[in-house]
Amino acid sequence: MSVFRTLGEKPWLTPSGHDAVLTPVDPAAASRTALRFIMAIVGVLFFLFIITFLSRSQYPDFQALAGQPWQPFTDASRLWVNTGLLALASVALQLGLLGARRDRLNLAVAGISAGVFFSIAFLVAQMELWRYLQSLGYYMTGNPANSYFYLLTAVHGLHVMGGLIVLANVVFRVWYDDSVATLSQPLGLCTQYWHFLFAVWLVLFALLTSRAETINTLAALCGF
Amino acid sequence: MQHTAIADQPAELHDPHSFVTRYIWSQDHKVIAIQYGITAIFVGLVALVLSGLMRLQLGFPDTFDFIDPSAYLQFVTMHGMIMVIYLLTALLLGGFGNYLIPLMIGARDMVFPYLNMLSFWTYLLSVIVLLASFFVPGGPTGAGWTLYPPQAILQGTPGYDWGIILMLISLAIFIVAFTMGGLNYVTTILQARTRGMTLMRMPLTIWGIFTATVLGLLAFPALLVSAIMMLLDKVIGTSFFMPALVSLGESMDYTGGSPILFQHLFWFFGHPEVYIVALPAFGMVSDVIATHARKNIFGYRMMVWAIVAIGGLSFFVWAHHMYVSGMHPAFGFFFATTTLIIAVPTAIKVYNWVLTLWRGNIHLTVPMLFAIGFIFTFTHGGLTGLFLGNVTIDLPLSDTYFVVAHFHMVMGVSPIMVLFAAIYHWFPLISGRKLHEGLGKAHFWFTFLGTYAVYLPMHYLGFLGVPRRYFAMGGSDFIPASAETLNANITIAALIVGLSQLIFLYNVVRTLRRGEPAGHNPWGATSLEWQTPDVPPKHGNWGPELPSVHRWAYDFSVPGAEKDFIPQNQPEKAGGTGT
Repeated sequence: MSVFRTLGEKPWLTPSGHDAVLTPVDPAAASRTALRFIMAIVGVLFFLFIITFLSRSQYPDFQALAGQPWQPFTDASRLWVNTGLLALASVALQLGLLGARRDRLNLAVAGISAGVFFSIAFLVAQMELWRYLQSLGYYMTGNPANSYFYLLTAVHGLHVMGGLIVLANVVFRVWYDDSVATLSQPLGLCTQYWHFLFAVWLVLFALLTSRAETINTLAALCGF
Repeated sequence: MQHTAIADQPAELHDPHSFVTRYIWSQDHKVIAIQYGITAIFVGLVALVLSGLMRLQLGFPDTFDFIDPSAYLQFVTMHGMIMVIYLLTALLLGGFGNYLIPLMIGARDMVFPYLNMLSFWTYLLSVIVLLASFFVPGGPTGAGWTLYPPQAILQGTPGYDWGIILMLISLAIFIVAFTMGGLNYVTTILQARTRGMTLMRMPLTIWGIFTATVLGLLAFPALLVSAIMMLLDKVIGTSFFMPALVSLGESMDYTGGSPILFQHLFWFFGHPEVYIVALPAFGMVSDVIATHARKNIFGYRMMVWAIVAIGGLSFFVWAHHMYVSGMHPAFGFFFATTTLIIAVPTAIKVYNWVLTLWRGNIHLTVPMLFAIGFIFTFTHGGLTGLFLGNVTIDLPLSDTYFVVAHFHMVMGVSPIMVLFAAIYHWFPLISGRKLHEGLGKAHFWFTFLGTYAVYLPMHYLGFLGVPRRYFAMGGSDFIPASAETLNANITIAALIVGLSQLIFLYNVVRTLRRGEPAGHNPWGATSLEWQTPDVPPKHGNWGPELPSVHRWAYDFSVPGAEKDFIPQNQPEKAGGTGT
């Protein structure tokens, strides 16, 4: 393991062979490192939300949103549509990245545009879902399961919006600098972030549409 | 993000062209560090005044009409939160982290300078929101710095309305600021080190800052999660943490949340927070001790391993803050065990500091005095931690002044000792002038002896069972009259310590106006920050060319060497010592 080898070095021996270890500075490497940390932080954030969800689910007032015919996500078709939109956003950005890497400007622009379109569509559809739930009488304070649904989708949506701002910044810079060649690296990072948010959404989707028995099993596995 | 700022191309740096871009909207890590430092010290002085007011009430009850029970609880809460988050975390990482990281690893700046600037302004916003709570109806929250629900947001607790809302919003903003800064610190350390600066050649200061930042990035989300959920409980009426309860004879709308859940989240952040503060302090004190003892740090690798081990273990001890909340006995055993295990790497560090001093050429400069003072206070606080880590001993001592004494010694006085050591040590680099030695020594002795006069008797009060957070002790039979005398003495000592900080402030102002020029590398240090072409370092730090590193940061008193230190950027001669 390189970590253990690194930590096992004896720096007082001044090993001259190591003098040229780093050639500062590779901007791409810096951004990649930062993105990894961002994904770790966001991952921890959602992990903690989920842990509290499982813990809170074991109190008697918690009523899961799926499982019984009258519960809103027993039929999760609306959520599947939203999931599809986010998946399309991810795929579109991947195509845009492919275009940027192969220096095909049209494909890059089309991919990014479609990615932005589907991401915004996802956000609008999520808000529509909120309105749908409210029309059924599932308000935020009605039940802890409702509260978690609104909270988790809002926090996830905010992260998508943050991604859109960064993506807009990338596109603006490329436009401003008039240099498509520099697009693929930051676009690659944006795409990776989108895939990550899609994966997070899948976990949230699975959790929020789980029946009470499934949630109880997960909670039991976590020791709650 | 702008990356060119760190490339070896000075012409492309974000060179400031006006007063505003140089000193206000600055992207230079040194200016941002000073901005962080000034803001943190200012807000820390507010917290210091609050502690003085608390002590006036405790030492001389029924004397000051303007301190009522609500105000007292508000002072306690704001003092604690400001000191832990807005002073210590911000000054150690935002201040010293920003100043030292690029200089110590041989970079021109942080890798994301714009984000770094945003980090400071967001931090300032969090401070403004926090201080604004002093001016809203009901005043700031008086829920205690742990902000436990349900009482934090219920009528009857001071600041239960706007105070707690502003506190939670301020914390959320602070976490955003910290995350922006933290991303910069870790990425810069991992990706922007100069040629030859391997990880194991980094000074321990950087190891401490790096590990603490990683802890912060992974632990602050727990505080963010709890802040968001409690804000929703307060503002919208959700029941994440709020149980079904009756208040003032009426059933509330809350449906049965879990206050204990909040405690777990809070302490999952709260315990790593201790090390977010302690690890940079461990690193900085190591470098101060080695430099002023003219000796290589004892057991460098062990020191690095201990920092990493403490960082990892700090995520597995949080529930030792919750023994009195109740838990399965097996969990109590588990958390007591992990708490005691974490004492092992911590003790290794203390031994290594002492062994570095052993037979060193100790220069009793002001930074060294504060560093030695830290070894005393930290050992003292660490040993009382062994008491509180054990469930059966913790239960009777919990919520007494023993706990107050313990955590003030270990994460109040100790990091402050290191902060002063660091300020006296690096001030010549930051300002080009050396702080006055005599005034510094007076400041040290007042602070060191004074804090002992404050906190040592508190252990005794704790053994008596004197409860913490009480506005007045009333007529409790188990508290003898001598405890009141002791409390008065503690207050006098605390006021003397507080006032003695004016010596420090005077020293800083005096030095900036007409202090003795420090010259280049006045302490004979080896690490890179002292090897810049200019003192204080100019924008871009290194002139036309970045330095190359050829050795570790602790080549002091090397046999056969010309001087008693060899800078890290001095090449090694074939078969020789590099002299």
